[in-house]
Amino acid sequence: MMNTFVGSLGHFMVVLAFVSALVSALSYFYYTRASELEKPSWKNFSRITFYIHGFASVSIAICLFEIIYNHRFEYFYAYSHSSTGLPVHYMISSFWEGQEGAFILWIFWNVVLGFVVIHTNKFWEGPVMLVFTLVQAFLVSMILGVVIGDLKIGSSPFMLLRDISEAPIFQINPEFVPEDGTGLNPLLQNIWMVIHPPTLFLGYASTLVPFAFLMAGLGMKRYSEWIRPALPWAIFSAMILGMGIIMGAYWAYVTLNFGGYWNWDPVENAVYVPWLVMVAAIHTMITFKKSSTALKTSIVLVISSFLLVLYATFLVRSGVLGDSSVHSFTDLGLSGQLLIYMFFFLAVALVLAVREWKNIPTSEREASVYSREFWIFIGATTLGLMAFQVIIPTSIPVYNAIIESFGGLSNLAPPADQIGFYTKFQLWFAVALALLTGIGQFFWWNKMDKNDLKNALVMPYIISMVLAAIVITVGKVYDVTYIVIVLAGAFTIVANSTILIKLLKKKTFKLAGGSLAHIGLGMILIGVMFSSGYSDTISINMSGLTYKKDWEDELNKENVLLWINKPLQMKDYEVIYRGRYKKVAGVPGYVKADALEETGEVNEAIALEPIESKGQLYHQKGDTVDLVLQENSYFKVEYYQEDDLKFTLFPMSQPNPTMGLISSPDSKRYLSRDLYTHVSAINDYEEPEWKEDKFIDAAPGEQFFINDFVTQFEGAEVVNEVDGMTLEEGDIAVKAQLTIMDYDVEKKLSPIFLIRGNQVGKVVDIDNDLGIKVEVDNIVPEENKFIFKVNTYQKDYVVMKAAVKPMINLLWLGTIIMLIGFTVAIFRRFDEFQKMKKKGLE
Amino acid sequence: MKRGHIIGLGIIGVAIIIIITSIGDASTYESFSTAKSMAENGNTAAIHVVGELKKDQNGEVVGIEVGEDKTSFTFKMVDNDGTEQQVYYNEPVPADFIRSEQVVVIGTYKTAEMFVADKILMKCPSKYQETDVKTTSS
Repeated sequence: MMNTFVGSLGHFMVVLAFVSALVSALSYFYYTRASELEKPSWKNFSRITFYIHGFASVSIAICLFEIIYNHRFEYFYAYSHSSTGLPVHYMISSFWEGQEGAFILWIFWNVVLGFVVIHTNKFWEGPVMLVFTLVQAFLVSMILGVVIGDLKIGSSPFMLLRDISEAPIFQINPEFVPEDGTGLNPLLQNIWMVIHPPTLFLGYASTLVPFAFLMAGLGMKRYSEWIRPALPWAIFSAMILGMGIIMGAYWAYVTLNFGGYWNWDPVENAVYVPWLVMVAAIHTMITFKKSSTALKTSIVLVISSFLLVLYATFLVRSGVLGDSSVHSFTDLGLSGQLLIYMFFFLAVALVLAVREWKNIPTSEREASVYSREFWIFIGATTLGLMAFQVIIPTSIPVYNAIIESFGGLSNLAPPADQIGFYTKFQLWFAVALALLTGIGQFFWWNKMDKNDLKNALVMPYIISMVLAAIVITVGKVYDVTYIVIVLAGAFTIVANSTILIKLLKKKTFKLAGGSLAHIGLGMILIGVMFSSGYSDTISINMSGLTYKKDWEDELNKENVLLWINKPLQMKDYEVIYRGRYKKVAGVPGYVKADALEETGEVNEAIALEPIESKGQLYHQKGDTVDLVLQENSYFKVEYYQEDDLKFTLFPMSQPNPTMGLISSPDSKRYLSRDLYTHVSAINDYEEPEWKEDKFIDAAPGEQFFINDFVTQFEGAEVVNEVDGMTLEEGDIAVKAQLTIMDYDVEKKLSPIFLIRGNQVGKVVDIDNDLGIKVEVDNIVPEENKFIFKVNTYQKDYVVMKAAVKPMINLLWLGTIIMLIGFTVAIFRRFDEFQKMKKKGLE
Repeated sequence: MKRGHIIGLGIIGVAIIIIITSIGDASTYESFSTAKSMAENGNTAAIHVVGELKKDQNGEVVGIEVGEDKTSFTFKMVDNDGTEQQVYYNEPVPADFIRSEQVVVIGTYKTAEMFVADKILMKCPSKYQETDVKTTSS
C-alpha cells in the first residue's frame, strides 16, 4: 500500500518552513528599523513566525524519519538509503546519508541555535535573527523541490520512487512498492557515523552565530560590542567543528581501508580550513578584548570562516570535485543554488564591511615584540597561512571549472601524492604554532621584558629538552624532522603545563582553557608524528613470490595472502587465518559461518551445530537465530609470538552487490600502539567453481591425498540416523569417516551412502574452509573398498594488510584535552557575557 | 620600515611560495599517448589519466588479471582519446571497480607496455541513474 500522505505533509512543511523563514526575515528587518514604541509588537510577530519556522523544520525531520523508520520504500529516499534489515541506530544514519537529510540536519541545528540566541540576548535579537532567518531561507530552498518551467529549485527528500525511477515496472503498476530498499552504504554502518554528521553539522551551523553578531554589529554601527556575545559562540563553534573533524578521522581509522585517520582528501580539507580560520578568529577576538587591537583582523577572520563553510559545502555538494575526491557525493544539481547562497552572503559581508571600514576603530600603537598582541597576531597569521596553503590546491578543480566555463582548457590536476604534499607544509606550520603557543602563553599572563622572558622560559626549556631527549631515545626517533617535532611538542606541553599549574595554584580553573587546549595541541603533534611517521606495515613484501617483473622490485607489496590454517611470519608475529565467522544476536563473540545456514529471510539463519560460547550453550542445533547484519563476515586472524597465541582479530568484510567488497579493520589496542588489520580481498563464497570430479578408491585405514591434504580413511559404520531424512525399514546407511589434515587442524568429513531396495542415495559432505566436497560413489564389498568422488575448490584464504601504529592513543588523548580546553573557555566567555548582560550593557 | 611592514612582506612572501609550490607540485591530466612521451623523455612525475575500463560488445569488463598472490592486478583501460593501455595496480581489486563508469589512474609508465598506477579513483554510477528496481513485488 502506498502512503502518499506523509510525503505530502513533509513537502507542505518544507514550503511552510521556507515561507515562514522569509516572513520572519522581513519581520525582523522591520523590527530593527522600528521605533521603540512599535518594537514590542514587531518582536512578538517575528518570534511567532520564527517559532512556526522551527515547528515546520522539526516536522520535516519527523516526516522523513517516519518514512525511513516504517520502511516506506515507495519513497525514493527510503528506497535508496535504507533497508528492512537495518537496526534503528543505522536508520538514523540513513537519515543523513542523502544530501537532503544533511540539509535538514543543518536547518534543524540553526533552529536550535536560533532559539538559544533569542532567549539569551536582549539587544542583539533583531539583527542577529535577521541574518539567521535569511540563512534558513537559503537552506530550506535546497530541499524545496519546486519546478518552475525548466528551473528546478532544490531537491525534495519526499519524492516518490515512481517519479524518479525509470524502471518499467511503474508503467505496468504505478502502485508498485519495492519489498526492500537498496540499503545504507555499509561504510556508514558504524556507530561513529551516527554521531559524526550531527556534530559536524552543528559545527557548520554554529559558524553562523559569530558571523550574525558581526553583521549585526556592522549594521548597527556597534563596531566592537559584537565581540563579547560572539566570542563564546566562536569558541563553541571551533570546539564542535574540531570534535566533528576528529570523529570523522576516528571513523576513517576504524572503518575505512586506507589505513589512517587523515588523507588530505578535498572533503576533509574543506572542513579543516574553516576550522583553522575560526581558531585564528578566536585568538584575535581575545586579543581585542584585552587590548583593543586586531579588531579589523577579527572581522576579516569571522567573515572568512563563515564563507569558507559555505565554500566547503559548495565544493563537497556541487560535484565540482568530481574525480579528485574518493568521497562520492551525488550531484543533485544544486551547484547554482549553492553558488547564489555563497555569493549572497559574500556580497552582504563585503558591502557592510567596506561601508563601515573607515569607522572601525584601529589602534595606531605599534605592537612591541615583548607584547602578547604581537605573538598572538603571529600565531593567528600562521593559522591563516595554514588554511591558505590547504585551500589553494584543494580548489584546483574549481579553477579548471572556471577556465572551462570561459571556453578554455585546463589539464591541471591536484598533487599526485596528496599526503606528502600537504604534510611538507602543514608539519612546519604546526611546529611553528607549537612554539608560538608556548611563548604566547607566557606573554599572556605576565608583563614581560627581555630578562623576564629569559627567566620564565629557562625552566620550561630545560624540562622540555630533557623530556624530548627521553622520547627521542626511547622511541628511537632518528629523523631530523621528527626530532624537531618532538622538541616543539614537548616545549608546548611543558610551557603550557607550567602556566596551567600556576593558574591552578590560584584556584582559577576557569582561566585554564587556553593552556589546556595548547597542551592538547602538543600531544596531537607528537601523536601524529609517531602514528604516521612510524607506522610500520608488517605485512609488507611477505608474499615470497619467486617470479617478479623487473619493475615490480621497487614496488612494495603491502598486502599479503593468507591461506587458511597456514602460518606466516610477519615481522614479530606469526599469523594464521582461521576462517569466516558471523555475528549472531545474543551470542558473545563470533560464530563460524559454516555452522549457520541462511534461511532467505533478512538476517535469519538456522544453526547447523549447537552454538556455544565460553562453555555456555546459546542455541540448539536446528534453532533459528538472528544474524547481526547477515552481509557482514568476520575473518578470524590469530597472532602468535613464540608459539603463544597473543590475540585474535576479526576484521570485517562485506561483499556488497552494489559497491563491491567493503571492509572494516580490526585493531588490537595497546596503550602505546595499535596493531591494525584490514581485509583487502576474500574468496568467492557465493558461487564456488568446483573443479572436475575425481575418483579415489581406498580401504578403511588407508591414507591418500585430496588436493595436497593428507587424508585418513578412518573407517565406515552402519548408522541408524541420517540428518534430514527418515530411514525406512530395510534401508542401509553407511557413513564413511575421513580425517583431513591441514597443518595443525584435523577436519572430519563423513559422507553417507544409502541403499534402499535397489536404489542408491548419496549424502555429500562439504568442508568450505578447505574447499573439499566428498561423496561415497560406490562400495565394493568384495575388495573391501570405497570409491570416493572428490571435488575441490579454492581453499579458503584472505588477503590482508597489517600495520603497527605507535602512540596513536596520544593523538586521541590530545584531542580530548584540547576539546576540554575549548569547553572551559566557552564557560568563561559566556559567563562574562552573562554578567555584562545583567548589568544591562548588552 | 616599520615592523608591521616587515611582517606583511613576510606573509606575502610565504603566500607566494605556497602558490608557486602548489602549481609546481600540481599534477596534470594526460592521455596515455602524452603520458608515454613524457615517460620516454625521462619525466617520471605521476600524472592523472581519465578513462574507462575496456568492455566487450556485451558491456562486460574484460582484461582484468589478478596476480598469483591476489595482492595485485592488471587491467585494460581506454582513455578519452580511445587509446587502450594495460595498467598495473599494486593492490587487490578495489571495491566497485568493475561497476565504475569512469576511472582515473594516477601514476607513470614503468616500461613502454605497462602503466603503473599508484592510486585509482573511481566514479561510480549515481543512484539517480539506476533504472532497475528490484521487482520482487509485494
